Amino acid sequence: MSLKLEHVTYTYNPGSAYETHALKDVSLEIPQGQFVGVIGHTGSGKSTLTQHFNGLMRPTSGTVYYNDEDIWQEGYSLKRLRSHVGLVFQYPEHQLFEADVLSDVCFGPKNQGLSQEEARERARTALIQVGLKEKYFSSSPFELSGGQKRRVAIAGVLAMEPDVLILDEPTAGLDPKGRDEILDQIAYLHQERKITVILVSHSMEDIARYVERILVMNQGEKAFDGTPKEVFAHYKELEAMGLAAPQITYIMHALRENGLAADTSAITVEEARDSILKALGRGEK
Amino acid sequence: MKTIWKSGDIPVENTEKKTYRKVCRLKQKTMEIIKARKLKYDYLKYDDNGQASESYTAVEEIDLDIQPGQFISILGHNGSGKSTLAKHMNALLIPTEGTIWVDGMDTAMEPELWKIRQKAGMVFQNPDNQIIGTVVEEDVGFGPENLGIPTEGIWSRVNKSLEAVGMTPFRHRSPNKLSGGQKQRVAIAGVMAMHPKCIIMDEPTAMLDPNGRKEVLEAVHELNKKEGITVILITHYMEEVIDSDRVFVMDQGHIVMQGTPREIFSRVEELKAYRLDVPQVTLLAYELKKAGIPLPDGILTTKELVDALCH
Amino acid sequence: MIRDITIGQYYPADSSLHRLDPRVKFIGTFLFLISLFVADSFWGYLLATCFLGGIILLSKVPVKFMVKGLKPLFIILLITVLFNLFLIPGKEIWSLGFLTITVEGVQQAVKIGIRLIYLVMGSSVMTLTTTPNQLTDGLERILRPLNKIKVPVHEISMMMSIALRFIPILMEETDKIMKAQIARGADFESGNLIQKAKNMIPLLVPLFISAFRRADDLAMAMEARCYHGGDHRTQMKPLIYERKDYVAYGIVLIYLAADILIRIFL
Repeated sequence: MSLKLEHVTYTYNPGSAYETHALKDVSLEIPQGQFVGVIGHTGSGKSTLTQHFNGLMRPTSGTVYYNDEDIWQEGYSLKRLRSHVGLVFQYPEHQLFEADVLSDVCFGPKNQGLSQEEARERARTALIQVGLKEKYFSSSPFELSGGQKRRVAIAGVLAMEPDVLILDEPTAGLDPKGRDEILDQIAYLHQERKITVILVSHSMEDIARYVERILVMNQGEKAFDGTPKEVFAHYKELEAMGLAAPQITYIMHALRENGLAADTSAITVEEARDSILKALGRGEK
Repeated sequence: MKTIWKSGDIPVENTEKKTYRKVCRLKQKTMEIIKARKLKYDYLKYDDNGQASESYTAVEEIDLDIQPGQFISILGHNGSGKSTLAKHMNALLIPTEGTIWVDGMDTAMEPELWKIRQKAGMVFQNPDNQIIGTVVEEDVGFGPENLGIPTEGIWSRVNKSLEAVGMTPFRHRSPNKLSGGQKQRVAIAGVMAMHPKCIIMDEPTAMLDPNGRKEVLEAVHELNKKEGITVILITHYMEEVIDSDRVFVMDQGHIVMQGTPREIFSRVEELKAYRLDVPQVTLLAYELKKAGIPLPDGILTTKELVDALCH
Repeated sequence: MIRDITIGQYYPADSSLHRLDPRVKFIGTFLFLISLFVADSFWGYLLATCFLGGIILLSKVPVKFMVKGLKPLFIILLITVLFNLFLIPGKEIWSLGFLTITVEGVQQAVKIGIRLIYLVMGSSVMTLTTTPNQLTDGLERILRPLNKIKVPVHEISMMMSIALRFIPILMEETDKIMKAQIARGADFESGNLIQKAKNMIPLLVPLFISAFRRADDLAMAMEARCYHGGDHRTQMKPLIYERKDYVAYGIVLIYLAADILIRIFL
């Protein structure tokens, strides 16, 4: 089970003066169960990339495979693909439309052809999974707070029980606690349900904390692909692309330059703390 | 629909507004650019008959003293009341109880309304929903047009404001073709063209990417330093408040913490309890200190940490 | 496809047409539209073609751009032309079952086709060379006399200019919501008409909510920038006729006169 792109290129307005390549010869494979982060500045092709995963965009050239099947071959059901590969857009709360929370979350499962009862069951499970309290299930989604709306919208995709969950900046506009709650929830789902998670984010700190693999997009091309430690080691190159490494990376490099034997590959606060303590000879207690 | 919220996420429109606007002129002689005493604001929820059925207190017991030229940050989680407070600062909302003075003018006084809004400009969160003009320079001219400035005056203000935020090369562009950070800079220029004494920014960076955020922050700091404009920045990005003169933290409609960034960020646990965070470097220093390394409180920059650890 | 509509879009360029007073372009376009209905002969259409061609050249807007703007109207155009082609009685030249094509039908269809295309292109030239703000300013000035009979001219023009600014934003939003719902398994294509209409709900509800939220935000932003109606408002770009504007009026009037003369004498 995997998602695979082979030499995918996507061109806007091909053949005209406005021709622009949103994706240039991108090849990659994401095995089932990975937690992948996608970074890149605005316009780097991140969104275009994610929309190729579930067939919302069709490559100008190249092939997209899901479980080794070409998703654009004759007779392939894109609708079925989309129930396996769920995509949560940026500000997903803007797509809520039903009169109550539960019905809204039922929309996806119902489109999959499930019965009313099954759909409701799925919706309940999904809402519990995103941590929404049961008392809100019958309220209007428009009366909820921003963070709650966001959860409902994510549940709307989760209820389809996808094997792959793609989230485009799921924490944009949320406060720090709300951001941590959502990301923790997603990490938990990844662990429990063994789903693939593809997280698009601008926050290197979040990426460093959660993902096991980072894809860096730059001008439509895949610039780096590796573990967070590998990718953030290229922090100078990342900067040239308008990106950055987590603040911790900079701190560790600065410490090392000033003579402290800090581990420059540390990318989270915990790793940094342990490494500094070790360097200072305080070791693990 | 059982109940009708009048507008926005939380219902606005205080029906008492009119009665609270005293028509008398009570000029408060103060130095503060913004001053509030016992400010309270209730949002009203309306039922089907248009009767106020429920009220919800968004901010309460707010006392504020902001000196001209300061760079102030207001931190708070979503729904903590910081936007409501911001909207009082240019009379978009009028307090239910208590008073707020902008440059000495009581916002509840009707005749001062437009003067207050000219003195205290506002930049909002969504860059798309605050640009009125279809060409950058025309949008910047919108405020001065409303103020009744003669044509030549408008042009010189527009030129100066665009220059101040570095958007002159984009003056003939359509706002739709700009990046988020550029749009917010246009919005700032639009406010600057009204020659305000202070700018209130209501989460101006919430919808931007890191580069856009940096762009906007740099522009605002520049205005604060060069033009001496008072800036009130509302945000929940911790890194953005480090260079402020003073930080206020809001929770459940109250101001719960205030002080310099260093003072605020040395109280890590407290901030976390208010659904907030600290910059990573501060958190690291805090963790190290907990582990027994002697470090000063409230480290804010990488340099401070390196100096403290390596010397 | 919606994005292809060129009416209401502004094409930034520095041409003599761009610099004309919007009132001239407004009235000029109006006169051009009248001329299309005056023209009834080959010579009339030739004149209109030359005039329109000249204007497009002057505008420095790429012809490709203009033609692209016609695409979304293709269906309407086709239906109109077919109606005329088949339903006008007259001298039969071809028939198959109940379908008959007549000489008059062909003539009428060609005329209607040309008129529609020119009409759209003529108005596009105006909107492409005039910023929506100038357009509404111009309209406001032209309609100002209506103020006397209590028509809120300023408010109407302000509404128009805001609508124009937000059309592209809402288009983009529509696209985004549509994709988001498709990702949730929504189907906007299959089914009968009623089914289709029902399927639009997940698109329309969020779109309306978003439009209202934007309207609300915008109203607040305008208030915060001291907007309080048209009274005591000055203008950054006030409209003052210059020599080139009078020249333009002259050219349009000569064109119209020529068109009328052709109609009468040829």
